[in-house]
Amino acid sequence: MAASSREHVLSLYRLLLKESEKFPSYNYRTYALRRVRDAFRENRTVEDPEVVKELLNRARDSLALIQRQVCVGKMYEIQKTVVEQEEEKSA
Amino acid sequence: VMNRTLSRKLLGSMCGISSRRLSFAQSAVNTLIKSRELEKDELRPLYMDFQATTPMDPRVLDAMLPYQVNYYGNPHSRTHAYGWESETAMEKARKQVADLIGADPREIVFTSGGVARFYKAKKNHIITTQTEHKCVLDSCRILEAEGFEVTYLPVKNNGLIDLKQLQETIRPDTSLVSIMTINNEIGVKQPIKEIGHLCRSKNVFFHTDAAQAVGKIPINVNDCKVDLMSISGHKIYGPKGVGALYVRRRPRVRIEPLQNGGGQERGLRSGTVPTPLVVGLGAACEIAQQELEYDHKCVTVLANRLVQKIVSEIPDVVMNGDPDQRYPGCVNLSFAYVEGESLLMALKDVALSSGRSVKDYNYTTGDLMHMTFFFVRFGIGRFTTDEEVDYTVEKRIQQVKRLREMSPLWEMVQEGIDLKSIKWTQH
Repeated sequence: MAASSREHVLSLYRLLLKESEKFPSYNYRTYALRRVRDAFRENRTVEDPEVVKELLNRARDSLALIQRQVCVGKMYEIQKTVVEQEEEKSA
Repeated sequence: VMNRTLSRKLLGSMCGISSRRLSFAQSAVNTLIKSRELEKDELRPLYMDFQATTPMDPRVLDAMLPYQVNYYGNPHSRTHAYGWESETAMEKARKQVADLIGADPREIVFTSGGVARFYKAKKNHIITTQTEHKCVLDSCRILEAEGFEVTYLPVKNNGLIDLKQLQETIRPDTSLVSIMTINNEIGVKQPIKEIGHLCRSKNVFFHTDAAQAVGKIPINVNDCKVDLMSISGHKIYGPKGVGALYVRRRPRVRIEPLQNGGGQERGLRSGTVPTPLVVGLGAACEIAQQELEYDHKCVTVLANRLVQKIVSEIPDVVMNGDPDQRYPGCVNLSFAYVEGESLLMALKDVALSSGRSVKDYNYTTGDLMHMTFFFVRFGIGRFTTDEEVDYTVEKRIQQVKRLREMSPLWEMVQEGIDLKSIKWTQH
């Protein structure tokens, strides 16, 4: 049970990061990635199964939210910011 | 009525300085930078003007969209499901706003922005500060025309008000004190708790414009003894066009309605409540409450990074406002010996707010005692990243260095000439 739950958490984490990468807006993208990472890091040591269940539900809701907002963002795309060009150049 | 003309003249000159400070700076900027829209392939500037407005948090937009698309009922319709679901959403939003500031939901009135309100009372003396937002100052001027007497308290050099001076200014016929929690230009945090207690002890209503503070620092209306509070949606990553006014119920604060009509919002602000907007405001408040600590930590780290980098690379930079009693996300820096207009022109790749400020205005003669100095306001918010701060800092440092090399004042300072000893001749 614990092993599958850990895998479950990790797969949710990876999914959240994968979806967050898709935000067209620089600020939303960086914020989502940062927030997801920090939130999972913060709750790493939580043991209580009820709390874990609640957090996972929130994570799933967040995933759906990110997917919807990525769609909305893609519908109304605009130019890139000055900082993104530098990122692309260095990448 | 008695001393209206005299008081208005006196207060007009005092008021003129503060509203002039704000509008003067803005008009200076507008004439120099030609406003134009970005080209299609041009890169967007970074957004570092979070005090002016904030982008909507995706979570807020997500909460609002259903009410723009499907749940379009009027919350005041009592006879069908469309109305009921809209009303439920409105009341939920009311609770979210109330929870953020420690109020009761019945004490929240939704408005169309952070507007100041009019008060009618037997006592007709009002105290405010010279550094209030323009809308508060303008409202005060209108109140003066209606017969109120307004005192504009000056602030100390660090931007904070003097509590002792406030205490002395409060008179038996003072009905209201209005002081903003966090100043939007320099980011100083006024001692709201002490002011609230002082006002309560003297039986004076206390209004605070908390548009910049709500959701960024913990505020509790009961701890701080606040009677009225203005909240603006678009300063806390919510939608534009909506705000809230907190009106205390115990002890009861009586105010006149701003908009008359159908009697909505306890009769204080009539007009159909815009459900999608208030849902957005409620969501923004709930998110702000959850993220308060995290945001504050991030913003503090970034602000320190910005200030440290600039101060270590270029000398003669002044941060305006008290260094401790402040909100870190509003960094207002003045660069000495730099020609203002040129720095303004060079700011097009980062969205910043800038302007001139006047120091030491002589009220009686109308002379400018000191030279104007030029400030740049860096706004850091929830979405600001390390890269944005680094980019901004690098570019600013480059520009300031370049402009200083061209500045004759800078040359003189480098040679060790004391500028105060120079006799400036007039042409």
